[in-house]
Amino acid sequence: MQGYLRSDGRKGIRNVIVVAYLVECAHHVAREISSSFKGQSVHLIGFPGCFPNAYADRIMNALCTHPNVGGALLVSLGCESFNRNRLLENIKTSGRPGHLIGIQKQGGTRKAISEGKEWVADALQQIESVEKVNIKITDLIIGTVCGGSDATSGITANPAVGRAFDMLVEKKGTAIFEETGEMIGLENVMSQRAISPGLSEELRKSVEKAARYYTIMGHGSFAPGNADGGLTTIEEKSMGAYCKSGNSPISGLIKPGDIPPKSGLYLMDVVPDGEPRFGFPNISDNAEIVEMIASGSHMILFTTGRGSVVGSAISPVIKICANPETYDRMSDDMDINAGKILLNEATLDEIGNEIFETILQTASGKPSCSEELGHQEFILTYKTFEPIGPSCLPA
Amino acid sequence: MNKLIQIHPKDNVLIVRQRIVPGDTETIHEKEIVFDKTLGLGHKIAAVDLREGDIIIKYGVPIGSATMNISAGTHIHLHNMKSDYIPTYTLDEEFIHAK
Repeated sequence: MQGYLRSDGRKGIRNVIVVAYLVECAHHVAREISSSFKGQSVHLIGFPGCFPNAYADRIMNALCTHPNVGGALLVSLGCESFNRNRLLENIKTSGRPGHLIGIQKQGGTRKAISEGKEWVADALQQIESVEKVNIKITDLIIGTVCGGSDATSGITANPAVGRAFDMLVEKKGTAIFEETGEMIGLENVMSQRAISPGLSEELRKSVEKAARYYTIMGHGSFAPGNADGGLTTIEEKSMGAYCKSGNSPISGLIKPGDIPPKSGLYLMDVVPDGEPRFGFPNISDNAEIVEMIASGSHMILFTTGRGSVVGSAISPVIKICANPETYDRMSDDMDINAGKILLNEATLDEIGNEIFETILQTASGKPSCSEELGHQEFILTYKTFEPIGPSCLPA
Repeated sequence: MNKLIQIHPKDNVLIVRQRIVPGDTETIHEKEIVFDKTLGLGHKIAAVDLREGDIIIKYGVPIGSATMNISAGTHIHLHNMKSDYIPTYTLDEEFIHAK
């Protein structure tokens, strides 16, 4: 596998120019610029808010210096509060081409679009010369998320991802899982997997925080599971999602934007700290995907039963379809048919191996289905986090 | 055709992966089981004989315990197992009321 070497030592599996709007008012200009490079590695990202937010600032900085990103064009209206100069400085310090366009300063929409297109065309040429080096499994960070789940998800795709994650961790790669809101009832099971007692306590607290948060949001009804689907207890219901994490020891707890310091399996706590303030922790699957990418994920394993179609800006999304009927209807969108397990045509181990092989192929440059279809969903909203404590990343 | 799947090697339950209809037979540990009712995708069947109080293992972890003796091949659901989880809702109520 060959990847792109960045100045911080991390290696990318893609070489993307991001066009980033720094307030919704600059979204149209940024979209016009990025969409004129359709089919090339130019992705649109951004933060819509006009008011400052430390979390959004951190995520935008992490994304613009992500190993899959070769350079960044920032599009500002001019009067928003986003700290554009510091972001631009960080991009340039990282050795990447970076440029800032102020729409007000530039003289309006047309001029800003024109200058932006010119810069991106140059930058695309410039990043062709980024040094290519061998990458190994040990260089990779892989995140996982589920969306559009149904009764098949917990039987096929999710446990198969768990097997792929076990292989990845055994070979000294790095894996991230999240969705603490779906781990209620599993505090004991999960905390026992921690590599230190302090981390164990942190894992337990993160699930308790999620339980409180979702209760206040009015979605705390984790009553004994959906009986029609055969689920009897809350522990069982939660396991259906949690089994994506596999059986490896848990090496640490991170929050969005924290980069895992060494190989292993990490829980990402995506539930905001403090009093609930900005609504649901994550308003859609892509909000979680963006956070895992901000923590360095090179690609995302996305399991779905009912059939999600999303991809992402910056990092490839691999879709693992749990339900064989959904796969038949939507096969163009699905990289892996885990539903074969239900038809007795494959075992969980075989699908786990197939997922692992697909990780290697995608890292080698093979486009995932969502990449081929042009999916580049992106969303970033307001949140509040406290930094992680010292017990979260045991030595 | 085998309509049941074991998700994890430690599990003492099997999961229905294709709808079972009355009259279907499955061999579980060399014992032939004839089903007398319909069981949909995702439902659980005892893989071994279980005693009252035994922990039910799925995904390799405890998901609750048996509330009566359950023989291998029997459907496991709300009628013969329960959650062993102590809900955190006590905490949550305090948290909400404190507001």
